[in-house]
Amino acid sequence: FHPVILLQVENVKLLDRYANRKAATGTLYLTATHLIYVDASAEVRKETWILHHHISSVEKLPLTTAGYPLLIHCKNFHVAHFVIGQERDCHDVFTSLLKLSQPVKPEELYAFSYNPKMSKENREMGWKLIDLKLDYQRMGIPNDYWEITDINKDYEVCSTYPPEIVVPRAAAKAVVMGSSRFRSRGRIPVLSYFYKENNAALCRCSQPLAGFSARCLEDEQMLQAIREANPGSPFMYVVDTRPKLNAMANRAAGKGYENEDNYENIRFKFIGIENIHVMRSSLQKLLEVCEMKSPSMSDFLTGLENSGWLRHIKAVMDAGVFLAKAVREERASVLVHCSDGWDRTAQVCSLAGLLLDPFYRTFKGFMVLIEKEWIAMGHKFSHRCGHLDGDPKEVSPVFTQFVECVWQLMQQFPCSFEFNERFLLEIHDHVYSCQFGNFLGTCHKEREELRIFEKTHSLWPFLLQRKQELRNPLYRGFTAYKELQPNTLPFSFQFWCGMYNRFDKGMHPKQCVLDQLLSCMSQKVTLEDNASELENKLPFLDGPLPSEGCSSPEAGPAAAKAPTPPQDRGEGAAPVLSNGPSLGQQKHKESPAQPRDLGASTGDGQAQHQ
Amino acid sequence: MEFAELIKTPRADNVVLHRPFHPAVEGTLCLTGHHLIFSSRRHDNAEELWLLHSNIDSIEKRFVGSLGTVVIKCKDLRIIQLDIPGMEECLNIASSIEALSTLDSVTLMYPFFYRPMFEVLEDGWSSFLLEQEFELLSSVTNEWRLSCVNKEFSVCPSYPPVVIVPKCIDDEALRKVALFRHGGRFPVLSYYHKKNGMAMMRSSQPLTGTNGRRCKEDEKLINATLRSGRRGFVIDTRPLNVAQQARAKGGGFEQEVHYPQWRRIHKYIERFNILQESFIKLVEACNDQSHNMDRWLSKLEASNWLTHIKELLTAACLAAQCIDREGASVLVHGSEGTDSTLQVTSLAQIILDPRCRTIRGFEALVVREWLQAGHPFQQRCAQSAYSNSKQKWEAPVFLLFLECVWQIHRQFPCSFEFNEQFLILLFEHAYASQFGTFLGNNENERAKLKLPQKTMSLWSWVNRPEELSRFQNPLYEANSLVIWPSVAPQSLQLWEGVFLRWNRPSKFLEEAEEERINIIKYNKELQAKVNALRRQLAEMETNEEVQERP
Repeated sequence: FHPVILLQVENVKLLDRYANRKAATGTLYLTATHLIYVDASAEVRKETWILHHHISSVEKLPLTTAGYPLLIHCKNFHVAHFVIGQERDCHDVFTSLLKLSQPVKPEELYAFSYNPKMSKENREMGWKLIDLKLDYQRMGIPNDYWEITDINKDYEVCSTYPPEIVVPRAAAKAVVMGSSRFRSRGRIPVLSYFYKENNAALCRCSQPLAGFSARCLEDEQMLQAIREANPGSPFMYVVDTRPKLNAMANRAAGKGYENEDNYENIRFKFIGIENIHVMRSSLQKLLEVCEMKSPSMSDFLTGLENSGWLRHIKAVMDAGVFLAKAVREERASVLVHCSDGWDRTAQVCSLAGLLLDPFYRTFKGFMVLIEKEWIAMGHKFSHRCGHLDGDPKEVSPVFTQFVECVWQLMQQFPCSFEFNERFLLEIHDHVYSCQFGNFLGTCHKEREELRIFEKTHSLWPFLLQRKQELRNPLYRGFTAYKELQPNTLPFSFQFWCGMYNRFDKGMHPKQCVLDQLLSCMSQKVTLEDNASELENKLPFLDGPLPSEGCSSPEAGPAAAKAPTPPQDRGEGAAPVLSNGPSLGQQKHKESPAQPRDLGASTGDGQAQHQ
Repeated sequence: MEFAELIKTPRADNVVLHRPFHPAVEGTLCLTGHHLIFSSRRHDNAEELWLLHSNIDSIEKRFVGSLGTVVIKCKDLRIIQLDIPGMEECLNIASSIEALSTLDSVTLMYPFFYRPMFEVLEDGWSSFLLEQEFELLSSVTNEWRLSCVNKEFSVCPSYPPVVIVPKCIDDEALRKVALFRHGGRFPVLSYYHKKNGMAMMRSSQPLTGTNGRRCKEDEKLINATLRSGRRGFVIDTRPLNVAQQARAKGGGFEQEVHYPQWRRIHKYIERFNILQESFIKLVEACNDQSHNMDRWLSKLEASNWLTHIKELLTAACLAAQCIDREGASVLVHGSEGTDSTLQVTSLAQIILDPRCRTIRGFEALVVREWLQAGHPFQQRCAQSAYSNSKQKWEAPVFLLFLECVWQIHRQFPCSFEFNEQFLILLFEHAYASQFGTFLGNNENERAKLKLPQKTMSLWSWVNRPEELSRFQNPLYEANSLVIWPSVAPQSLQLWEGVFLRWNRPSKFLEEAEEERINIIKYNKELQAKVNALRRQLAEMETNEEVQERP
């Protein structure tokens, strides 16, 4: 890997957030895609890689005795504080980074130049890995009540929906078209998840253009068709995930929410999840708390409370739990919307799916879930993640919140997910990295126009290839847990240090249980191979093993029995991709040769006397 | 006194037991001298609940018509509710429980009546003798000696009969130093850092008073731990102003003029009722069932519990750092030297000494630094978080220590031989137990109560192989290094295993622990199998060679 170096600055210091540690000194390089810092002062070569697309802000701070400080904040919550000797160099780096980190045209995005040297066939196969039709088939669709239709193939119904959508069979084309005129941006009610045990369906849409009194017969028929597609329940829920006040304010703009009088047998309910602007500022406050220098416990907890972040996470989780319960326990279909139905609606529908269906807790299923509820249904990744230089008010951590909700579930149900925390962080990184085509653009139509499928790679096969390190060793398999019913009392939610202080290694546990267990899993394979190989060499060995042959006393009697292996619940081998690249490059890298010095790593508040 | 006098209604039928996350069960309630026993009559799932009266922290009763309800709050923080039909029965039962759970004589406590159903393999009362510690110490240094100056508990009533002191200080000098230290707690060895020969000592405050009294023997004693030309650190667990105020009451601190080789650091650690209130507030927050995140976080913050944890860990790191990084000897004390002092010295040893992270070593630490060192368990653990009594001497000092160990354990999950359950076990037994280990306030009282003769030791029970296996950490790999925990707020968590134990379903977390154990156990078995096969193959090959030889 020989990147073209655009800029090179020597004698750059990288400050550690922990004041008591000596700053590193080294060289800073800018390439077309990365900022690379090589620490020359360390005994072993240590590199820090920052992808330009990950940079959310670059600030020049006031001059200090050490030089000209440059503070870089990243979208994956990496914070790098450089100090550069010369003002001129600092300015050069600053202006270069501003330009490099804020591409204007989509073609400038990394995905269009990223070349993992993969054959065309493999690249195309990668895009076919996730097939949403198969997921609908898995749910039993098409069936008597629901059909997959290509009514949107020319984006006539809705420009931000995919060409193929799932609607009730009973809804005629006229009903669909009529309903689309009554829904904000034509985002009509479509199926998100079908719970085949009881025929209850989870559907999603945008707000109705109801204003104060408008109604639409076709829209009413559409809801009726959804309700009647679940003959087991006399009613259906219509859930507006906005706070009531926000929804009411929308009425003045000719939008709003469903009038219960106009729709037959609906139960209307508000779930107050705040809008993207509130969430953006909440995250901002949370990050300020995370970045505080040696905060007291009280500073931290007060800051955490004032940020409101966990309150919002809980609101999203509560909504997901409500939907799952309505479907599972009340056997009622639910129609969910917010304003446009692409932020809060995506969060709660995907969460409800995850709670209801163990498939979505597997590697493949989680990919399907993201493709289905987020990518296909037009969550505006490009705007929410600020991929291109654009309106900062469109940026919001909606997807981050979803990822966090999944993590919170993992804390409560440690054996129910096939993947581990790193898989979530990896996906979160790539939502911002623009290295793969999946998350570019705002909707399917736009991705077609950008020719994503011809010009870029899909993320998923690359992640599947790394299954061994991204798996959850505690996973008990697909059938162990069906629905999840999480506890949503406030104390069940934890601060996610691994996300928001992910790069502050000193704060994390110094020994990693996950690593230990993963290495056990790989050892297991070797040991099993060894054992069977040895057994083959001893053809007449059928009886019990000699008991004195066991190394550890407690393993003695156990070894005499054939040990029963913990089930390997892998889904089968990942599709083999020839010469797949290592994806670890864009991130913080440490030389593998570095010894793990447990005694030397100290934390932030590490006691220090003057 | 006969317990029967206190039990007005020994048995009630058709009682309904309510517990969080369990369906209500109907059954029979029985009261005995030491237990509340509830047994359900359902044949399919016969269930019994045995609760020690001494585990009951508070009891509330209320009536709806003639149906009485008794809410029992336990020292292990569990809350159960019993619906008892009949007003009189209910009142009788409630008052009996109240009387039986607040017996004021130690000799009436359950440990004096408990008859073990297991075979004692090793008497826990003599498992951890200071003489054995000293033997280990003697193998690395000869600068210390065992002193029996306190064998009649006459020099210091809260010290054990034998203590370890610098070799060059004779018993006569110790007697003089004892007069100069609060409660006679003269400086003794707490920990010897083999790596660099530095020592950690602990004591109580010096009695300098307002006119700056000094004691040559005291100065000589602590100077004896210094290497020539090196300085030591006195870690005073009080803030400077409190230490200064203590002089008015005859206490004080080591002044620079008389201790020129020592540098004093004041590292404040909260004590007594402040801690108890913090404990009460935290438990109250954890039991709040409202769905309000802001309220939870603000209550958690207002309880200050995690602040105490952070401060305590910081102080322990400080002591450990002085010893390991600065290569200096350390003397730790507060006022009495029976609470914050012991928290700091014992946690510093967890950080510094790999032996303290083994099961046996941790037990030895608890015995040495808490029981023998005279932490007044009986006073401190008389009541838990549901008490209304607000006695000055009640405080969760030991629980804070255990939680700090848990916090370090969480950051170094592979460096401890024991698991979280072991820490929870010690918490439970410190507050209510069938064993005599945590009875009394010091060795002197324990000797007078003849606890070793009359009661069973917790260690006799817990160190039996079948019990030990429940407390082993499957991930343990001996780690000989010093382990420095992070004390950043982001690195510290609420100890769910204690504080949320009864407030959330535990099934999924237990299953995860089971998986962890299985994965590691399977690998070990597999390794053993491979080794055995290899050996067998090798043997076969040698045999063949032998046979081939003519």
